[in-house]
Amino acid sequence: MANTLQPLVSGRRNALDWWLRERVWPSPFHILLSFATLALVVPICVKIANWAIFDAVFVSTGPESCRDAVGACWAVIAEKHRVILFGLYPFDEQWRPTLAVAIYLITVIVTLTPRFWSLRLLVPLWTIAVFVIGALMYGGIGPLRIVPTTEWGGLALTMIMFSGTVILGFPIAVLLALGRRSHLALLRSVSVVLIETLRGVPLITILFVAVNVFPLFLPAGTNVDKLLRVTIGIAIFFACYQAETIRGGLQAVPEGQYEAAKALGLRYWQMTGRIILPQALRIAFPAIMNHVIAAMKNTSFVMIIGLFDILTATTAVMQDPVWRKYYVEAYTFAGFVYFAFGFALSIYARLMERRMNKGYVS
Amino acid sequence: MTSIDRSLAASGPTRADIRARQAAKPPRRRLSWGDPFTRGLIYQAGLAILLALGIHALYSNVSENLQRQNIATGFSFLEQLARFNIGESPIPYSASDTYGRALLVGVLNTLRVAAVAIVFATVLGVAAGVARASRNVVISTLAGTYVELARNVPIILHVLLWSSIIRNLPPPRQAHDLLGIGFISNRGLTVPLPGFGTSGGTIMIALGVAVLSAFAAARLARRYGERTGRYVEPIVPALAVLVALPLLTWLVTGAQFTPDIPQRRGFGFTGGLTLSPEFFALAIGLTIYTGAFIAEIVRGGIQAVPKGQVEAARALGLHPFSIMTRIVLPQALRVIVPPLSSQFLSLTKNSSLGVIIGYPELVNIGNTVMNQTGQAMEMVTIMMLIYFTLSLITSLLMNFYNSRVALKGR
Repeated sequence: MANTLQPLVSGRRNALDWWLRERVWPSPFHILLSFATLALVVPICVKIANWAIFDAVFVSTGPESCRDAVGACWAVIAEKHRVILFGLYPFDEQWRPTLAVAIYLITVIVTLTPRFWSLRLLVPLWTIAVFVIGALMYGGIGPLRIVPTTEWGGLALTMIMFSGTVILGFPIAVLLALGRRSHLALLRSVSVVLIETLRGVPLITILFVAVNVFPLFLPAGTNVDKLLRVTIGIAIFFACYQAETIRGGLQAVPEGQYEAAKALGLRYWQMTGRIILPQALRIAFPAIMNHVIAAMKNTSFVMIIGLFDILTATTAVMQDPVWRKYYVEAYTFAGFVYFAFGFALSIYARLMERRMNKGYVS
Repeated sequence: MTSIDRSLAASGPTRADIRARQAAKPPRRRLSWGDPFTRGLIYQAGLAILLALGIHALYSNVSENLQRQNIATGFSFLEQLARFNIGESPIPYSASDTYGRALLVGVLNTLRVAAVAIVFATVLGVAAGVARASRNVVISTLAGTYVELARNVPIILHVLLWSSIIRNLPPPRQAHDLLGIGFISNRGLTVPLPGFGTSGGTIMIALGVAVLSAFAAARLARRYGERTGRYVEPIVPALAVLVALPLLTWLVTGAQFTPDIPQRRGFGFTGGLTLSPEFFALAIGLTIYTGAFIAEIVRGGIQAVPKGQVEAARALGLHPFSIMTRIVLPQALRVIVPPLSSQFLSLTKNSSLGVIIGYPELVNIGNTVMNQTGQAMEMVTIMMLIYFTLSLITSLLMNFYNSRVALKGR
């Protein structure tokens, strides 16, 4: 008995031993499989490394810099990063989106830190951040000249649409989820119809509604900015998916919690806001983060309706005949930007999950 | 003894008591804010009024705007001539057909690319998911790298990248040769078609019969195993039937074999089947992107199977392959199927990205029609309805399948 238990309570050396025995060479078949796989993969990795690093051209010395390159031509990024990152934004004013992105990132980092999690801090913080970023991007205050939203682009635009989607969409999602579980029949059916309809159609059709149909809904003479319309469209789409994950969380809160809250005489919004939602959001957290990451990737759909996000900008770079050949490098760079944000968010999600599960059995 | 005592002494209330209680009127509702029922009614009435006002405002705005812009409403434009060409179509179509037929072509193209991508994404996803759950660290790392790289990048980028790669391939004259039987060039992928002369139709029928008999053979094998205890892997007789029946038919009908192998000719190819670069790019992009998500679902499903199940199966001396197919996968399927169906749905919806690379699917053609006719509302409604119907059909089918693999309570 003692022998069989030993691996479980073993120290570090045994853990390594276990890892080697279980994961690296569990059986002769697996050794063969590993070698066969490595024999196949290693040459490809070497090729990619040569292409991307050793034979690559990193520094741009003008249009001719990659003529003799065997490997990747990262010079295209050096040459075109301003277009990719800022799109059509006036060249001399591009410090403004740079600063805006910096402020944005700081705000996001503060928001994601559990120590600062209180609405009393975060709501004013975001209000100020949104105002400052808006003022920086749009201008019209003091010496800043006005840059209309049609000239916004690149990473700054992606970031604005992403945060707009989450900030607008999340409250809608919570309301839709609560509405779907309400005992008021009309409210429930309105929520169900909205959620199920929008989840059944592609995002593109909603963007078409925002761009082509929504202006018809407005009284003659009024106009809503296209960027705003599109962001609202994506936000509502996001909300419908998020509502379902939140509903899952709500359903997982034990019935006793509702009953106890009612027995204490809490009213609906007190019960929901203080007892039920905190638990439901904790339970649904992994799924919620998945949809947040998906929302970031979904902003790229605006390419279809002609907004100049980072992907549209990258594609526009390919219009330049000199740099047209280096599409793989340009798309890799754009992909890397998305990957970095998405991967960082998913690592954060995993850390938070572990932290939140402290003190819980499951 | 009072009557209350008597009824307590009996087991529960008597019939008369129940009748008396039913006859009594429910407590009279007071019309006050404190009564939850009344409050609910008032909320709902408020919501109904708001909805009605909102819809009325939208309706009047829309009709006013349409009148001002001289746009006729209704779906009669579907009867008009389309006057544009479509690159590829599974049914005969020309510019002198109607908008309605053009949209039908779009729907069929959507279904075509979605069906192909769903099959390949499932194969790729299951392989990568099983690999990622593998004990072998090399295999699981490799699969993990693919999954993380593919799913953290927007689907549009996948599609654009593949489209660019294919468009930048050499022209047909310098096409890359694929094992001497196919070509890949900037015109797309050209593959050979198997040809069986005059017996093609018969063999197709035989194949259909073979698929059905394969299921029956697997079932028989399972029954035989259950009855006698001598276990036969059901896949063996199933595969045997699947191969033997068409093969026999082919031999009996004269063993004709005239494959249609593509040849370079002039600026293109003759023979074979050419998949357009747009179709190819969209199918690859969708496959690789969705495959990564399916892999995660499959891995989650496999890891949800209790470890003891695998250990018990190993202790019984089952072959690793049988452990996977007989113990792990059937239990994992219960976890896998529901999220898998939503991946199929999102793949179908993502096929609308054909619009950015010029693949003539529903949204692409719908967009063209919208721009030509100005019937934005009608076109968006049609597109939404079609996708919504596709979603409904898919989820019905998957629910049916799910009810078959779900845990049956006894």
